[in-house]
Amino acid sequence: MLPTVEEVGHSTPLPDPMCPEGYRVESVSRETHDTFTLALQPLNGAASPGFAPGQFSMLYVFGVGELPISISGDPEQPSRLVYTVRSVGPATQALVSRQPGDWMGARGPFGTAWPLDAARGKDVLIVAGGIGLAPLRPAIYHILRHRDDYVRLIVLYGARSPGDLLYRKELAAWGRSPDTQVLTTVDYGGVNWRGRVGVVTTLFRHLRLHPDKTIAFVCGPEIMMRYVITELQENRGVPAGDVYLSMERNMKCGIGFCGHCQYGPYFICKDGPVFRYQRLRGWLGKHEL
Amino acid sequence: MAQELRVGTSFASSVYENSYIVRREASYMRPHHEGQRGFIDLPRLSRLIPSLERRGYQVIGPRVRDGAIVYEPISQLEDLPAGWKDEQEAGHYRLTKGDGDALFGYTVGPQSWKKFLHPPELRLYELQRNENRFEIVNHSQPQKRYAFFGVRACEIAAIRVQDRVFTEDRFRDPHYASRRQAAFIVAVNCTQAAPTCFCASMQTGPRVTGGFDLAVTEVLQNEHHIFVIEAGTAAGQEVQRELDPSEVSPEVDRLADEAVERASVQSRRMDTTGIRELLYESFEHSRWDNVAGRCLSCANCTMVCPTCFCTTVEDVSDVSGDHAERWRKWDSCFTQSFSYIHGGSVRTSVRSRYRQWMTHKLASWIDQFGTSGCVGCGRCITWCPAGIDITEEARAIRANGATGQQNLKENPHGNA
Amino acid sequence: METLEPILAKHAFFEGLDAAYLKLLVGCASNVRFPAGSYIFRQGEEASHFYLMRQGRVALEIYAPHRPSIVVETLDGDDILGWSWLIPPYRWRFDARVVEATRAVALDGKCLRAKCEEDHDLGYELLKRFAHIVTERLQATRLQLLDVYASHG
Repeated sequence: MLPTVEEVGHSTPLPDPMCPEGYRVESVSRETHDTFTLALQPLNGAASPGFAPGQFSMLYVFGVGELPISISGDPEQPSRLVYTVRSVGPATQALVSRQPGDWMGARGPFGTAWPLDAARGKDVLIVAGGIGLAPLRPAIYHILRHRDDYVRLIVLYGARSPGDLLYRKELAAWGRSPDTQVLTTVDYGGVNWRGRVGVVTTLFRHLRLHPDKTIAFVCGPEIMMRYVITELQENRGVPAGDVYLSMERNMKCGIGFCGHCQYGPYFICKDGPVFRYQRLRGWLGKHEL
Repeated sequence: MAQELRVGTSFASSVYENSYIVRREASYMRPHHEGQRGFIDLPRLSRLIPSLERRGYQVIGPRVRDGAIVYEPISQLEDLPAGWKDEQEAGHYRLTKGDGDALFGYTVGPQSWKKFLHPPELRLYELQRNENRFEIVNHSQPQKRYAFFGVRACEIAAIRVQDRVFTEDRFRDPHYASRRQAAFIVAVNCTQAAPTCFCASMQTGPRVTGGFDLAVTEVLQNEHHIFVIEAGTAAGQEVQRELDPSEVSPEVDRLADEAVERASVQSRRMDTTGIRELLYESFEHSRWDNVAGRCLSCANCTMVCPTCFCTTVEDVSDVSGDHAERWRKWDSCFTQSFSYIHGGSVRTSVRSRYRQWMTHKLASWIDQFGTSGCVGCGRCITWCPAGIDITEEARAIRANGATGQQNLKENPHGNA
Repeated sequence: METLEPILAKHAFFEGLDAAYLKLLVGCASNVRFPAGSYIFRQGEEASHFYLMRQGRVALEIYAPHRPSIVVETLDGDDILGWSWLIPPYRWRFDARVVEATRAVALDGKCLRAKCEEDHDLGYELLKRFAHIVTERLQATRLQLLDVYASHG
């Protein structure tokens, strides 16, 4: 209910979804040469907002600006919010240079989530490329915590090089869980690399999928996602309604007002970032959309 | 904060899989009251502005400035552009002073009411650092209450379009909401249409049908210079009473109706039949190449358009680093960096940016907000330096099928 | 020691192949082992075999002086290694270095080539299957070239 005209004159501010809440940086840990994981805690013992796997926050560095970053932590540990950030420019560099104890602002969580309810009773195929594993990690945590709700868990993960693989220890541990298959590969090996070399789509040939009982969550660079979807649809027969992807575009507000994140008729911040592929068929791959 | 999306440990995935929830009509979409029609003369109309000021409103109305009719604070009827007329065509705008006295003998200028409801620059908040403490000063309460005097039917339609964007979707913009809630609208029925107007075909005008507190129709005939005045809300009724209106005779009624009828004769029209599907299917139409050869990507159209709402945010801090501010400013999808991500822009060509603007305005808007984004005011046509006409572009796309290959003999200068 | 017939018969690559051709292939097949670190073949050598992997991992590499060899792809599981035997000039285009000790079934390509020249139906069946592998590798290589994970700009 909007306040009446009389109330508006008072100094009580209206709740503004553009106004950040204050957080303190609890820890910053290095994942790779350019990627760091930050953990934030709400100030003054305030409750942290819960989040659903796949959602993102708008993180604010004092005087620098805001960035949309996917939440990469455990949804059932809501006392802290965890983000994995790749430093690619001045804004992300400002984020990853935070020190424990620093103040940061955060708004959110925003956006749509991986459909973990709809995936119950099915095989969950998670296909991640590069930093794309970060928004999928909360989904993996959820599945492992509620293991009996799901059948097989298959994680396919590709990165640029061995040094760019995220969460290596966790990947190994996940691979050791029952009914769980974790396959990793890199685009460029190295002298000492004894793992697989090849793009992430080359991992599919090692799988035996049941297309009518599989739900796929895909996240990574858009080109990679298109190739993966082609593989899933054309070679594996997984229906378009059972493939979900996480899209990305420029965001200034995260709440559907700035207009920057529009993708065809969709606002990636409100209608996404997680989309059912069926909705995007016909848009994905359109030039300069 | 995003109150609606707090999910804790329950993953409301079904909510997210549906299209977003349309909120109930905001409480300020006051219903239209029938039957409070009267007429007043100029002396009684001149009581209107003081009456509004006494109620704490700053009155904004049309004035002549720098060769255009703009919306600025006014304090008396004499501030209005009496006797001024406008000449509008694609890429052309001129004002002329006739020897008549009509207060509203022109249509719309380059500005719209979004200048006040959705300001071009707005400080969202200030942040102050005191040693280890950070304090956010929230600025979402407005400073002024506005009364808009001279709101045309297309402009009311545009305000309603922005109402949906800012207050009836998943989130509410308190900056827009508070300004909108506090605004008093005195609408004016158009009595002439500019050649660039096409509100009739967009079904947004020329007659005002709701969304106002008061509506005024100027009747300048023989020796009459009177204003039929109608209240649309209880607040409007209250103000109308102070103007002491006389009963409307059938003749006055007829003159008023005829005046508005004149405005519904428009030379431009937009065929909106199936326009959503048409534009979605015409993504690779050759017409986009054609318009790209003319469009300067200057963003004028987005600045003058009363429904365009895109903004950007700017963070500024002072030298000491203890004080930071976050500003929101108008932005345009025509800028090169609008779609910047990962080291480059998605829409690098002018072709793709014009396509984005027009497709959003006429097609995607319908999926997003349930209405067209265009209200037929014609400003984009008038203020485009290249004279690009959105109704013409729509016609060209419709005429030539999904790829536009049929009409290959159209010359590259777009003179089809 | 088991015959190689069931191994070939079950392999997806040979699915739909005429039983007589399968027998022919079995006749050209033998078990092989390669220790880790060894090279199955080197770029430029005559390509006279192809391999059905059964265990281990093989890296396809390109050698460049003054820098470590570039691995373009690894093969494992039950991948097919080698199509250069079927396409002139019948010379290997990569080095194949054994990353993890590898067991495979080697098929005598030279012998098969001669048979394909005699029996074009056999030739067509094999070419169809290998063309599929080559296009998949080409697509994958192109995607690799795009360097999608690099930050651009």
